[in-house]
Amino acid sequence: MEDRTVSQGDPSVNDRKEQASKPGIGDDGVVLTARGITMTFPGVKALQDVDFTLRKGEIHALMGENGAGKSTLIKCLTGINDFEAGEIHIDGISGPVKNHSTRDAQNVGISTVYQEVNLCPNLSVAENLFIGREPMTKLHTIDRKSYNKRSQAIMDELGISVDVTLNLENYSLAIQQMVAIARAVDMDCKVLILDEPTSSLDDEEVEKLFILMKRLRDKGVGIIFVTHFLEQVYAVCDRITVLRDGRFVGEYPIEELPRVKLVAAMMGKDLDDLAEIKKEGAQDAVNNPLEISARGLSHTGTVKPFDLDIHKGEVVGVAGLLGSGRSELARSIYGADKANTGTLMVNGKEAKINQPIDAMNLGMGMLPDDRKAEGIIGDLSVRENIILALQARKGMFKPISRAKQEELADKFIALLQIKTASKETLIKQLSGGNQQKVILARWLATDPDFLILDEPTRGIDIGTKSEIQKLIVKLAGEGKSILFISSEIAEMLRTCSRMAIMRDGQKVGELDRELTQENVMKAIAGGETS
Amino acid sequence: MNGNTVWNKIKNWSLLLPVVALILVMAVNIIYDAVNGNNPLSFFMITLQQTTGNGTILYGRIIDILNRGSEAAILAIGMTLVVSSSAGTDISVGSVMSLCASFCCMLLAGYGVSSTTTLARPLIVGILGGLLMGTVCGMFNGTLVAYFKIQPMVATLILYSAARAIGLLLCNDLIVYVRNPSFAFFGSFLGPLPTPLVIAAVCVLIVSLVLRKTALGMYIQSVGINSRASRIAGLNSKRIIFLTYMLCGLFAGIAGIVQSSRITSADSNNIGLYLEMDAILAVALGGNSLGGGKFNLAGSIIGAYTIQAITTTLYALGVSSAQAPVFKAVIVIIIVAIQSEPVRNFFKKQSQARVRGVA
Ligand SMILES: Nc1ncnc2c1ncn2[C@@H]1O[C@H](COP(=O)(O)OP(=O)(O)OP(=O)(O)O)[C@@H](O)[C@H]1O
Ligand SMILES: [Mg+2]
Repeated sequence: MEDRTVSQGDPSVNDRKEQASKPGIGDDGVVLTARGITMTFPGVKALQDVDFTLRKGEIHALMGENGAGKSTLIKCLTGINDFEAGEIHIDGISGPVKNHSTRDAQNVGISTVYQEVNLCPNLSVAENLFIGREPMTKLHTIDRKSYNKRSQAIMDELGISVDVTLNLENYSLAIQQMVAIARAVDMDCKVLILDEPTSSLDDEEVEKLFILMKRLRDKGVGIIFVTHFLEQVYAVCDRITVLRDGRFVGEYPIEELPRVKLVAAMMGKDLDDLAEIKKEGAQDAVNNPLEISARGLSHTGTVKPFDLDIHKGEVVGVAGLLGSGRSELARSIYGADKANTGTLMVNGKEAKINQPIDAMNLGMGMLPDDRKAEGIIGDLSVRENIILALQARKGMFKPISRAKQEELADKFIALLQIKTASKETLIKQLSGGNQQKVILARWLATDPDFLILDEPTRGIDIGTKSEIQKLIVKLAGEGKSILFISSEIAEMLRTCSRMAIMRDGQKVGELDRELTQENVMKAIAGGETS
Repeated sequence: MNGNTVWNKIKNWSLLLPVVALILVMAVNIIYDAVNGNNPLSFFMITLQQTTGNGTILYGRIIDILNRGSEAAILAIGMTLVVSSSAGTDISVGSVMSLCASFCCMLLAGYGVSSTTTLARPLIVGILGGLLMGTVCGMFNGTLVAYFKIQPMVATLILYSAARAIGLLLCNDLIVYVRNPSFAFFGSFLGPLPTPLVIAAVCVLIVSLVLRKTALGMYIQSVGINSRASRIAGLNSKRIIFLTYMLCGLFAGIAGIVQSSRITSADSNNIGLYLEMDAILAVALGGNSLGGGKFNLAGSIIGAYTIQAITTTLYALGVSSAQAPVFKAVIVIIIVAIQSEPVRNFFKKQSQARVRGVA
């Protein structure tokens, strides 16, 4: 294999590893070390000889591209993955530690929030918070009252307004993510692992999470934090470990690794991810004919009646706080949640949409935000996942030939740089970011006229993120219309020419001039909108 | 190196376990015959035999197993699809078989007639009637499961308990005999081959062709794995689940007619008795997860014949028909346990440890 050379600016990537005085357990403040961790999946060397050191009271970023091995390393630490070589040591425990389950990990003081929320959607929020460690009454029955009260207190403290007695499935992915975090944080732990906890959170929730993390750090907890948002790394982290292609690249104090160098270390090459994306002709798109025109569309309980026009070749963003009904607005157009009122014109004709396939037949597509629950078909291959929507639109009796399927799969694997052992690999075996790319490929394969993208770059690394943003602008240039939802306002600013503002399930206005971070934030929070 | 890859291929072959199970059952037969001084291969012997009614036919224990296992195999087709799409089982198939047989015989004999040698209506009317009845039952189950979101076990419990009784009602509480050679054909011989086997083979062939030539197979698995995601991707999840139950009912109808043709009567209380269990077991034995999703039709078919082979073997070993179920249960537990996740993981770890030890 070719050895990707690291750019000049990269700080001593290689000799760092050879440093003799590597801190270990027993050294000042080290709570966890992993040495020489090696782990292979069939056809994939996920980790090769990886080292990791976590100290007390630090927030340690674990960085790398999609498929670099971050989640795999974490699962080795918590006992979900059975690694082949290497040792893990934990402060206060003599000899190498080998966890065999998340429970083992909890017993040695490691508490984890995994990349994919794995709570029980049909249990209440409170039950999810306390499952496996329910408070008991004197009669050894579960003390429901007490844990409902305690759960409410925990969620209130985090500033999340939920009714803890309702089932988790009633809440958005972002809230589910907060519940998973609350569950992990509530346990006494020495080590807290957060694998992309912020991937669907808004700035506000991220801020709350950071306050929490800093509080725990000051209490002496060592925190491992995985994210693809570089700003977040620089906002809270003390140290960075970088992985690339399953190998340890280096460990750096935050001051020594400015953004450009971090990107270079992760990718093995320089990248200017902040290059301005040209929104050519975006301003004229308003003169194009209408693709979508919604009047008084609503879905009981989630979005109040709204009007929305989208022209051909236009990228329209939807901005709003968590739970403001951003996704729900999109879902009611697409028929994922059938609209209860209002009319929808597609391409100038009134449309009757009862379910997603009706919308697809009108040239629509929707990438949902919850990739685990509504995106991936875990046990099907990457190829099948890519062609699924196209096949569904063609209909059962017009199967896509195997050759055509493979051609499509190859095309999108190359286009989106999907990292997979082969196109026959099951999608559930891909890293989170790569799964996301496959679902995006599924919709691109249907070549829709109107594409709804709900958090399309969720969990996707910075390199590919800007590629996707460029792709969106390019699609618009070809006359496609796009509805773009993202919790990252900056991302929408770079691609959208207009933004709908949502507040409390209601569309409160639109911004089409002076689209700046500040203006959008003001509009979301309740300033005046045009 | 080359031998290694062949070995790996065998290890990863999806039909490995069902085939091994079948071979085990055969091995028991060989050993038993050898110990008793018979020709050890008598299990596999197939001879031509002259009969009075059916001309020259194939004869042998294997043929017997293939013949008698046909109803379970036919049911297993439908059951496989139902399990895949809905992660549930249709426990009504045995009763539905009985209902379809009763309806078919009632049509052929005429209402209230208990025994006939001449058909009251053309044969095709009776057959189509039976198949239609099965399909309607399947649609009933499918509606409850797909559209009313009732647990499959509960939804199909209704027909499980009611279908036999409805059948009796249709037959005016009689056992209706249709002693007509054209009707008996479905349970006897087509040339030298048992007709039930031919019917089962045709069913399997048609279903495999449909699965191969359309996207149905992928649709069913996709819905079974993640029905919400499938819906967003444009599949009509409910309709697909409905369809699998409908097909399952249709196959129950076919199996019911075959079995009643064997005994040239509609014996409501006995047709299809406990056969739903065999069908479900066949699916499990075939290496299919009862949790839905990916399915393997060939595995289920092999599973169905394996169960029949176990039954036949037990009888050959002299186990009484009253005790046979106990032995059957034990054998099935062993085979299913071998396929279970913990045991598989155990073996995987063992072989990994070996590989590492060598390296
Ligand atoms: N269960 C599995 N089976 C097979 N391969 C796997 C499995 N889990 C992960 N892999 C592979 O291991 C590699 C590392 O994956 P991992 O999930 O650790 O990446 P990651 O750094 O967390 O990426 P992301 O940023 O996308 O979450 C990938 O190539 C992936 O395909
Ligand atoms: Mg990951």
